[in-house]
Amino acid sequence: MSQINHIYGINGPVVTVKGKTDLKMMEMVYVGEHSLVGEVIRITDELTTIQVYEDTAGLRPGEKIVSTSYPMSVTLGPGLLGNIYDGIQKPLTMIAENSGVFLTRGVDTPSIDENKEWETVVLIKAGDTVSPGQIIAECPETPIIKHKSLVPPDCSGEVIKAAANGKYKVGDCIAEIKTGDGSIRKLSLAQKWPIRTPRPAGARLPISKPLITGQRVIDTMFPIAMGGAAAIPGGFGTGKTVTQHQLAKFADADIIVYVGCGERGNEMTQALNEFSELTDPSTGRPLLERTILIANTSNMPVAAREASIYTGITLAEYYRDMGYNTALMADSTSRWAEALREISGRLEEMPADEGYPAYLPSRLSEFYERAGYFEALSGKKGSITLIGAVSPQGADFSEPVTQNTKRFTRCFWALDKSLAYARHYPAINWNDSYSEYIAELSDWYRDNIARDFIQCRNEIASILAEETKLMEIVKLIGSEILPDDQKLTLEIARVIRIGFLQQNAMHETDTYTPVYKHYKMMQAILHLNMKAKEALARQIPVSRIFSTGMFDKVIKMKYEIPNDKPDMIDDYIKEIDAVYENLI
Amino acid sequence: MVTEHIGLSEISGSLVILDNVEDAFYEEMAELHLDGGAVRSGRVVMIEGKRAVVQVFEGTKDMSVSNTSTVLKGKPMEISLSPEIIGRVFDGLGRPKDGLGEVFPVCKRNINGSAINPVSRVYPKNYIRTGISSIDALATLIRGQKLPIFSGSGMKHNELAVQIVKQADVSDGEDFAIVFAAMGVKNDVADYFRRSFEQAGVMNRVTMFLNLSNDPIIERIITPKCALTAAEYLAFECNMNILVILTDMTSYCEALREFSSSKGEIPGRKGYPGYLYSDLASLYERAGIVKGSKGSVTQIPILTMPNDDITHPIPDLTGFITEGQIVLDRSLENTGIYPPVSILMSLSRLMKDGIGKGFTRDDHKALSDQLFASYALVQDARSLASVIGEDELSDNDKLLLQFGREFETRFLKQGESENRTIEETLDLGWELLSMLPRESLDRVSDDILDKHYKAVVD
Repeated sequence: MSQINHIYGINGPVVTVKGKTDLKMMEMVYVGEHSLVGEVIRITDELTTIQVYEDTAGLRPGEKIVSTSYPMSVTLGPGLLGNIYDGIQKPLTMIAENSGVFLTRGVDTPSIDENKEWETVVLIKAGDTVSPGQIIAECPETPIIKHKSLVPPDCSGEVIKAAANGKYKVGDCIAEIKTGDGSIRKLSLAQKWPIRTPRPAGARLPISKPLITGQRVIDTMFPIAMGGAAAIPGGFGTGKTVTQHQLAKFADADIIVYVGCGERGNEMTQALNEFSELTDPSTGRPLLERTILIANTSNMPVAAREASIYTGITLAEYYRDMGYNTALMADSTSRWAEALREISGRLEEMPADEGYPAYLPSRLSEFYERAGYFEALSGKKGSITLIGAVSPQGADFSEPVTQNTKRFTRCFWALDKSLAYARHYPAINWNDSYSEYIAELSDWYRDNIARDFIQCRNEIASILAEETKLMEIVKLIGSEILPDDQKLTLEIARVIRIGFLQQNAMHETDTYTPVYKHYKMMQAILHLNMKAKEALARQIPVSRIFSTGMFDKVIKMKYEIPNDKPDMIDDYIKEIDAVYENLI
Repeated sequence: MVTEHIGLSEISGSLVILDNVEDAFYEEMAELHLDGGAVRSGRVVMIEGKRAVVQVFEGTKDMSVSNTSTVLKGKPMEISLSPEIIGRVFDGLGRPKDGLGEVFPVCKRNINGSAINPVSRVYPKNYIRTGISSIDALATLIRGQKLPIFSGSGMKHNELAVQIVKQADVSDGEDFAIVFAAMGVKNDVADYFRRSFEQAGVMNRVTMFLNLSNDPIIERIITPKCALTAAEYLAFECNMNILVILTDMTSYCEALREFSSSKGEIPGRKGYPGYLYSDLASLYERAGIVKGSKGSVTQIPILTMPNDDITHPIPDLTGFITEGQIVLDRSLENTGIYPPVSILMSLSRLMKDGIGKGFTRDDHKALSDQLFASYALVQDARSLASVIGEDELSDNDKLLLQFGREFETRFLKQGESENRTIEETLDLGWELLSMLPRESLDRVSDDILDKHYKAVVD
């Protein structure tokens, strides 16, 4: 039996224990009368420091600290999907039922419903040999997701007993394994895993497929790969959260983990409402059935905010191990970095850039490296795509969190205040953003969408780049005196900006568009450009070219063309031909 | 059991340190008795074994290590609440200041409150009409929202706040009250608010918490917590719609900075403590609507941006927490526009679900999108005009400039007691947009244009 420790000092979310203890680094402990959850973060001869994940008001020196001898862990098993948790996996719905509208401390509620029975198919029998990560049982977790129970990554051996198919609770034993050292391990549908340790997986596989989000500026201009990592930096009001919500709703991943890290309470409520009401276009089922929400709002304890990112990624890894493509949206990683800074300050560590601890870059890289396309231990292929919002102070991208995030992500969607002020949404600036995945994904676009997809995309990008250059001149002398061909470039660029890049999240049709429609829209725009240029070459004045109304018609095609009939755009192309034929 | 600790072992700034304290707990209230009868209050902010650090709200002036004895109260900081607090005036610590005696408490509440469980929140949808066109049309205020006013010193934020309070329309028969918290504001500003509330006939619905600029700075850190605790009580237990005005958040943050540096904490940006975000969030997040209660807490925090700099940590962190912002612009104010709302920088995040059919009018969304877009073009045309002169502009740009001027003088500008209905505001918006060529209104669908666009015939 371990020795009992007592509180010595309290300062904000940090409590200390005096003298030598048998507490281990990163061990989870229960602090005080209310059993607040804490974690050991520093040990010296004289003092052991514990960070507490709940409000410390009311703690007294001398109160008990109970050690658990295992690190901060989450429970993984059926029943996670559709749930909403706080940063340390406490189920918020259950807590609301038990203790009312305000959060209370130290309520010990199991993370997943222990009484629900799952219709389980057991896939192993006595005498089989099982290896780490192997799938031993399956049950329908929601109507669209089949939950696969896995052998824990640290366990293998011979099955000496396996349960029959039937209804089981998460705690029921479904198999007994005789491990290499002769001990018997009982396996159930659920298992525990420490949040700060990545779950082991097999080899990393080369990236080959984009994560389709239905957002034109993302899928076409700056695509993210399944298994990739992206950052969305932007000052307040630039639409980070709306973009993250759009991705969570429409990304074609199997599982979405949405982490609201230090953000607004009302936004989490909105996400919860929307995900329950909206249905997945491919299955017709509520989005919540493939989603796990983690809500650690800005007024909830800061230490749990720091943990919430790890809790989220561990849940995502668990579903990856079952062979699912998962995507994790973290809004916002800056709040997590600030939580690190706050705790580091309480520990009186030497600050680096802007008060952030010197280990900020290594923590960020550890986090983003948990993304990837893997062969799981079970042999199935699964991926984790990470999309982290960054909230730079004063919208200044040179601050440490943005800069370091940029180093570890290969896709950068820079949100721009001036675009947001002009209500150009999504306010992703096409000059500052980039995606390094385009080269790896071009084969996929060629084989699955259209042969010349990437070529069209590059043409669109070059028109936009040309516009940026011209705007420098326009700012100085106005657009009136530009030559006609440059006026045409500006007009086409306007069509691209308004008709293609802008996308209305509130509009029924426009909120999500399939990639093939992106392609057809680009075709129409480029065709219009070509025809207008031809007309120009035949000495038709540019004012007549503009006055055909085709430019504005093409701008509105995002609303007019139904998503399931993108080929209707061919009629536009014919109309463009006819109109300019007449002109000439 | 109450023990009295004679003497102090250290005094530093507003903090005193007690030795040999048994059984103190974190955030416990303390009462400090000075020789001569003065009593001050404080709170335990740090414990290390038998040492306790107590923060004294009224300051440590005249205290010495020997002339003070301390009683730990055995409870956290609480205020007494009852429905009777409406119409009363309190100091920054929630003690009556109007000479009407103590509040008979129906209950006592810990001023730190608890976080609302996100699952128990109700997403705010009911809009509040303020009668101010720029806000109603372009940054609609929603019941349960936190919408700050970013201003600068000397600008008309107080007038705007008063106008909102006077005109705010929750006329659906539900109870409405105002909780007003002043932090470090000047006496005449507090008076201005009081007078304006009286003139509007709402004084009997106002609860005031006043920490004026000559009151102790540490008390200032407690003031908004008291006010919000009162607001939560009235809203969620008495089912009232509460509008909380917090002014001036800049003074609050400065008090927090002073307190943090006196504790010897490592400073973050511009000397503000690293936890400024968490601390502000613990205030702002106390707005909203919860399941099972008819009431709501709506917050309008007012802050003056130091040097009109919106990237300063205070407005910056506030903007990251609140659901939008109303930004006042000095150059507009200087041209005589009241309220000087800089609409491109202003935003209400919750408006998208609280406007349109069933709330305001079905064309509201399209109108506001188009006004934003067209007004953004006005800015481009203006910056061009400042380089090449207005005469050299294209006809289209000239039209935009004209639109911009009309928009500012007719739409933004309105009297301090001019109360516009939502129809008036929206119709005025369409009238102004009709100055521009119909083709240029690319944010509006054709059927809405057919209904509302009225071309101006020269």
